[in-house]
Amino acid sequence: MPTATIVRTGVANTASVVAALARLGCACTLSDHPAEVADAELLVLPGVGSFGAGMGSLAAAGLVDALRDRIERGRATLAICLGLQLLCAASEESPGVEGLSVLDTRVERFGAGVTVPQFGWNRVESEGGLVEPGFAYYANSYRLNEAPAGWRTAWSDHGGRFVAAIERDAVLACQFHPELSGQWGRAMLRRWLARCGVREGRAAC
Amino acid sequence: MLTRRVIPCLDVRDGRVVKGVRFASLRDAGDPVACAVEYERQGADELVILDVSATPEGRATALDTVAAVRAVLSIPLTVGGGVRAVRDAEALLGAGADKVAINTAAVDRPEILGELAARVGVQCVVLAVDAARQGQGQGQGWEVITRSGANRTGIDAVAWIRRAVGLGAGEILLTSWDRDGTREGYDLALLGAASAAVAAPVIASGGADHAGHMIDAMRAGADAVLAASIFHDGDLTVGDVKLEMARAGLEVRL
Repeated sequence: MPTATIVRTGVANTASVVAALARLGCACTLSDHPAEVADAELLVLPGVGSFGAGMGSLAAAGLVDALRDRIERGRATLAICLGLQLLCAASEESPGVEGLSVLDTRVERFGAGVTVPQFGWNRVESEGGLVEPGFAYYANSYRLNEAPAGWRTAWSDHGGRFVAAIERDAVLACQFHPELSGQWGRAMLRRWLARCGVREGRAAC
Repeated sequence: MLTRRVIPCLDVRDGRVVKGVRFASLRDAGDPVACAVEYERQGADELVILDVSATPEGRATALDTVAAVRAVLSIPLTVGGGVRAVRDAEALLGAGADKVAINTAAVDRPEILGELAARVGVQCVVLAVDAARQGQGQGQGWEVITRSGANRTGIDAVAWIRRAVGLGAGEILLTSWDRDGTREGYDLALLGAASAAVAAPVIASGGADHAGHMIDAMRAGADAVLAASIFHDGDLTVGDVKLEMARAGLEVRL
C-alpha cells in the first residue's frame, strides 16, 4: 500500500485528508522529521492556522530546505489551502515573515465587498491538467492573485479572479480543500496519485 | 462566485439517528453512516450532526459516530451538541469533524469563541444561536434561547451574533425557535437582520417545508439553509431543492 506522509504542523486537523487518501488506497503517517519529509514517497502539506504560525512550525522543525528542495525538483507533493500560500514569498497575513519562496509572489487578503472568510463551494475554471472544471470547497481569507510563471494554473472568482490551484510535475498545490470537495475532489486526488506513479490499492473502489 | 449551500442535519443519540429518517433505499435508516452517504449522493453541500445524547456514554459514542461518518464522507462535516470546552471541540475535530458548533457554552462564557478560534481557526468555529421573537408581532427583536429552550436569556440575538463574530465565530447557524418544527417557513426578518449585521455566513434553520421556503431564506440574506425532517421524510431530496434554486436564479453546485 502506498504511504502518504503528512507534514505535522502543530494543531492541524488532518482527519479529513487522511480519510480521503485512505479511500483511495493510501496509508498516511504524520511526520515533522526533515529526512522523512525529504524522502517521502508522497508528501502532503496541510493548511492550518496563520501564515506566520505555519512558517514558524516548519522552521522550528527544520523542514524549510527539505520542502523547498522537493518542490523545486517536482517530487510528489500535495499542498492544501495554507499549504499553497506557504510556497509564496510573503503574505499580507503575517508581514515580515518569509515563506518557502518557491513562488516569487505575495499572498493577499480578499478585497472589500465579498464575504471573508470565503466559506463554501466555488466554481473552478481550468484548461486541463490535474484540476478539471467543477466546484471546490474553500475556507480561506487570503489568496494568490497572479499565476506563477512555469506552473499550470486553475482559477476561481471571489470579488475578482484568484488562484484555485497550481501544478508542476508531481507537485499540486490547491487553495481549496480537495478532501472536502466531494466526488470532484476525489477524482482530482486520484489523478494526482496516478501522476505520482501510484497504482490504486484495493481500497480505491 | 460562492454557491448557496443546502445542508441536511442528522440528530444522533447514542450513535443512532433520531427523528426518523425514512429513506426507502436504506436498509437501516437509523445508521448515521448510511444516511451521510445518501445525503452526499443527493448533492448535499455539507452535513451537520447534532449529538443529542444526554449521558457521558452517549457523548463518547458520538466520537465513534463522527469517525465512522468521516471515513465515508467527502464533504464538510460540522458536529455540535455538548461542546462545553476547547478540549471537547478538539476531540470532535480529531475524530474527523471539520467544524464544531457551539451554543450554550458560548452564551455562558463568550471568551470560549476566541479561545477556540486561536486554537483551531475561525474556519472551524460555528456559533449556533437559537432565537425567539420578543413580544407580539414585528419590530421587537429576538432573544437568545439556551438549554434547549429552558432558558430565555434576554440577550438580543442580533447583537450577540455581531459580538460573537468579533470574538471568533466563523459562521452562524441561526435557528428560529418560533418556526422550528412548524413547517411555516424560515423567519425571514430574523435572517435579514442577522445577515445584515455580520460579514460571516449565516445558515438558516427552523421552519422549512419546501424549496420555496429555502429560496425565500436565501433572498432574505442566508448563505445556506439547513433542514432535517423534510429531507428525512424522503419526499424531497437535496437534489430536488437545488434544482429549484437553480431555476430561481440562485447559484448552486449541481
